[in-house]
Amino acid sequence: MSMQQSSQPGSAPVRSQSLERMIRLRRSATNHLVTGVAIVSTIVVLTPLVAILGYLLLKGASSLNLAFFTRPPMPVGMPGGGMANAIAGSAAVLGLASLLGIPVGIGAGVYLAEYARGTRRGAIVRFTADVLNGVPSIVMGIVAYALLVAPEHHFSGMAGGVALAIMMVPTVARTTEEMLALVPNPVREAAFGLGIPKWRTVLSVSLRTASPGIITGCMLAFARVAGETAPLLFTAFGNQFWSFDLNQPIAALPLQIFVYAVSPYDEWHRLAWAGALVLMVMIMASVTLVRIFADRGVLKGGS
Amino acid sequence: MEIPPAMAARATPAEQGSSVIRSFLQKKSSGRMADGVFAGLMLICALAIFGIVVLILLMLIDQSRLSIHAFGLRFFINRVWDPVTGKFGALPFLYGTVLSSLLAVCMAVPLALAVAIFLLDVCPRALRGPISFLTELLAAIPSVVYGLWGIFVLAPIIRDYVGPVLIRYLGWTGLFVAPDFGVGMFTAGVILAIMIFPVISSISRDVMRVVPVSQREGVLALGATRWEMLRIGVLRNARMGIIGSVILGLGRALGETMAVTMVIGNHPGMEKNLLAPGYTLASVIANEFTEATGDLYLSALIEIGLALFLVTIVVNAVARLMVWAVTRGNPGSVQS
Repeated sequence: MSMQQSSQPGSAPVRSQSLERMIRLRRSATNHLVTGVAIVSTIVVLTPLVAILGYLLLKGASSLNLAFFTRPPMPVGMPGGGMANAIAGSAAVLGLASLLGIPVGIGAGVYLAEYARGTRRGAIVRFTADVLNGVPSIVMGIVAYALLVAPEHHFSGMAGGVALAIMMVPTVARTTEEMLALVPNPVREAAFGLGIPKWRTVLSVSLRTASPGIITGCMLAFARVAGETAPLLFTAFGNQFWSFDLNQPIAALPLQIFVYAVSPYDEWHRLAWAGALVLMVMIMASVTLVRIFADRGVLKGGS
Repeated sequence: MEIPPAMAARATPAEQGSSVIRSFLQKKSSGRMADGVFAGLMLICALAIFGIVVLILLMLIDQSRLSIHAFGLRFFINRVWDPVTGKFGALPFLYGTVLSSLLAVCMAVPLALAVAIFLLDVCPRALRGPISFLTELLAAIPSVVYGLWGIFVLAPIIRDYVGPVLIRYLGWTGLFVAPDFGVGMFTAGVILAIMIFPVISSISRDVMRVVPVSQREGVLALGATRWEMLRIGVLRNARMGIIGSVILGLGRALGETMAVTMVIGNHPGMEKNLLAPGYTLASVIANEFTEATGDLYLSALIEIGLALFLVTIVVNAVARLMVWAVTRGNPGSVQS
């Protein structure tokens, strides 16, 4: 408002000098106030991050030991024990999820970037992927339960893997598409000029050029589902013992953290903190790697 | 991107000496079939995304048939949730979900916009990268870790320090009434606010960034201060996308399960008091699904899942369309 008034050429002589000065003062005060609010908000927002990471390090590091990585959980009341079976179980479930989810996701991304760029069909698929990305993870758990657990009448690691795979598809598809979109067109045209068929161009030229970006995108999707608990509650279900059978209930790290965190035992709380620290370190390592790759320029020679 | 047919024609009148090469090339198939197969495979992968959405919908409807037949639409206005007598009404969970999400949005939006502005205009260039990286880290922390922190750190802080202050100064509103156990609607709102902040902040920053520089320069040229430039040149132009980012955050909050389950107290009540425990759609599924005895109980829980699915689909679709309206032409980030 004030700006519009002072910018009108006719109104300047009418206004007294003190009024002019007051308006200018108010405008610059508002400006400084907003700048201050922005700075303070950033500090306020970073506080919980520091608090969470600090607590994780403090509580988690003190309870980490060799047994945590080598032993399965002990019965209630007995000290010691670890989460080795949960780490192995998580690896098995995540491996299955990646095997199922990543190829489909990359395929969908290739379709979006190479076959449907700028078309209406592509826009609809892209939109569906974005919307699917926002569906709550627990819904995926219900679907995997209905698909695999209910007909089989027992919980299984496989159902957990399928639930997580469904969650990976849209993320992988969208990153792949974005990375392929960065590949300069002349590179493809050069391949066509050599008489290379389209499928071969996509595989050996486009995907190859974009591969660092696509790999980091897959790691990002992996890191996202690695911490998911809700879809595993009634699919993988958890297990107190060693098990690698994907057709049986299987332990998973986030699941174990949840069970221990809501339990009434101090010893289990301690293990939950340690587990959370291990989970966070794994996730942060991959996110940081992604960041480093992204900063370097994902594509060598890309525009 | 098809191979021009002229190219194949030009290859045939080759020189005599290259007949070995020519026969080799002719022996190899033109790749048309391989091309078709490959394109088909990629199309199937893309259609799989549709397939997944349809599959989820059909599965949920199929599995919740029992409950839909038994309760109809009254399911969502019925206040009683009593598995023992077989009475199921989802209203308390609906109330808890909406209230905790709105609380979270109210807390997160001002902060997220302020941080977006800070990172876009105020922050020195050297700090911009590290700070935006840190806010993205907030998005990478798993929900269960937020829950763990919420139970053991945040809930005691709210019980011992924040709660008493709220009761003392805002108790008259009826929103903050003792006793405060630390776990409850308010704590869930705070945790959710921390979790959805990165979504709102990063997407609204993307949206603000695509406002043409000429808009900013124009306002600055009229003698505006930085805040006036942001308000008139940036925020007003990007408002559609900013609202979209807020709705995306809301969608995330509606479906959030683990962290909320761990701090909301899990009691199906409908109180105005924000310090009282509550229950949400997602957390009732998480808590009771494996214990559900009887088909009707399970079916009622799956119907809650169906409601959650439909609501988040609609919310996300609306939000995406709004963000697209602003960033059209510039693909946004996928890390939302």
